[in-house]
Amino acid sequence: MIEVLALLILLTVIAAIITVLTSNLLHAVISVGAVGFLLAIVYLFLSAPDVAIVQIGVEVVSLVILIRATLGREVQKLKTVHAVVGVSFAVAFVAVIGLFGIQVFNAFPQFGIPVMQRFADAPSLVYLQSGLAETGAPNLVTAVLLDFRAWDTLGEATVLFCAALGAVAILRRNARINTDKNKEESS
Amino acid sequence: MIYSLCLLLILIGLYGVIVSRQTLKIVVSLLIMNHGVHLMLLLVGYRKNGSPPIVDPGTTIADFAAGAVDPLPQAMVLTSIVIGLGVLALMVALCVRLYERYGTFDVTEIRRLRG
Repeated sequence: MIEVLALLILLTVIAAIITVLTSNLLHAVISVGAVGFLLAIVYLFLSAPDVAIVQIGVEVVSLVILIRATLGREVQKLKTVHAVVGVSFAVAFVAVIGLFGIQVFNAFPQFGIPVMQRFADAPSLVYLQSGLAETGAPNLVTAVLLDFRAWDTLGEATVLFCAALGAVAILRRNARINTDKNKEESS
Repeated sequence: MIYSLCLLLILIGLYGVIVSRQTLKIVVSLLIMNHGVHLMLLLVGYRKNGSPPIVDPGTTIADFAAGAVDPLPQAMVLTSIVIGLGVLALMVALCVRLYERYGTFDVTEIRRLRG
């Protein structure tokens, strides 16, 4: 079980390495799609079916966005002038961050023992024990999302709305030109 | 071991952000970092041989609470995935506008100001 999980995450890491190292933008986009879909399978193995479903849906949409932005543009051989100094600096920086990261991950509990078991009054335990009685939802993820922490979901909807609004405002063409013309015509 | 693979995923994304010269490639690398963080949160809440946090009608609540994985990180990751999609759309929109104005995704050529 854990071996299968590790193998799937290893495949994900390989796809991520291909994404970062390839010089073709379309190849990078397609392999990041591979990362996302492999992660959806990993989420299924981690007993998170809701997250897996959402991951698949979101990955499809984000792949459509990325491929639409890539197609027809400068996707052929992009000149990748890998300066030795730059790459070595980047590797050193990533290594330093990685050392800190190893320290952080060493402080985590052993894999397979959830963090909620460390604390007697962890909110997750409360959700697990009284979620069905209090909300009537058998699926506790939706109970947390839409009942216990509905304010978070409202904030999420706000952020999503603002991001979509920003994207539309950035991509809108000729808006200012039209208003200028309207002003000239009216004056 | 699984935690180290997850850390590797985040670090690969970080390397891509530093090294890449195309704006879209930086966006894609940020997406990889995003995936790595989501994976880490789910791994922390995982219980060995745990069942999904969906109450089965046949089991008692006490058995269920002793065997299910943590629902809280799953809910937060669900939120974060959807927010990631919105932020990705915003970043890609910026990249597309920059491409239309400068004719390239290369950040080293997007230097000159055009009022």
